[in-house]
Amino acid sequence: MADLNVEWINPFIEATYSIIETVAAVKVTMDKPLKIKESNAVGYDVSGIIGLTGEAVGSIALSFPKKTALKIVSDFTGEDVLGIDNDTMDAIGELTNMIAGRVKKLFADKSVKMKISIPTVILGKGHTINTKKNIPSIEIPFKSEEGDFAILVSLKPNSEQS
Amino acid sequence: MRIITVDDSSTMRRIIKNTLKKIGYSDDILEAENGKDALDVLSANNVDVIITDWNMPVMDGLTFVKKIRSDKKYDDTPIIMVTTEAAKEDIILALQSGVNNYVVKPFTPDVLKDKIETVLGLKD
Repeated sequence: MADLNVEWINPFIEATYSIIETVAAVKVTMDKPLKIKESNAVGYDVSGIIGLTGEAVGSIALSFPKKTALKIVSDFTGEDVLGIDNDTMDAIGELTNMIAGRVKKLFADKSVKMKISIPTVILGKGHTINTKKNIPSIEIPFKSEEGDFAILVSLKPNSEQS
Repeated sequence: MRIITVDDSSTMRRIIKNTLKKIGYSDDILEAENGKDALDVLSANNVDVIITDWNMPVMDGLTFVKKIRSDKKYDDTPIIMVTTEAAKEDIILALQSGVNNYVVKPFTPDVLKDKIETVLGLKD
């Protein structure tokens, strides 16, 4: 399996800090060491996922335990969110969309052009996230005052694009 | 003043509606989930400002803006694009397609207020 280039990981970390700190008004820090994923199972309860295509191909998933999701979505929407319903899932999709949009911009600044898909949201303890074969995945854990969360990044250069 | 907010995310439509109320613009706010839905709403309603997302299913924001701008009825209707698409070439493409002003998500109420005042010609 090919390694993920550090220069390609940093935009995801920078975008996650920037978006979550802005919308939730909390300090976010990176947690334990990054983990290369052997399987696509995530330990959390809900994930927003966006596909990336263009000069690089892959996906980003933003995964939360239920407790963290409720707090961050409450901060984001300005409303008390008590459970994970369609509105909560929509908000998680939108947060993922904002992070992916910022990632796209940071890659464009490095002259790597990408497109982002419409978000999808998966709910369920220990759900799996489908990523394309032969694309390395890495889990980047974060800590915040509202609880732990993680992003799962899967990305490689697209050999079919110049 | 009547404003339409076009976004496939119910969260973003709610946030934009709440922000518009907070900055004192309007509580006469129409909603649509995508460009096609918005064209249907606009065929039955006059609006003063259009606020639209870019990435939406069924009809995306850029296609919607081009359709709006090809209809003389909406020649002068200001359009603000509120989107995650923040790359320079995306902003240029949106402006060339007929968008009057551009807001990158996430935004503050002051930014949206400033953009609305600008497209309505209320600022110098």
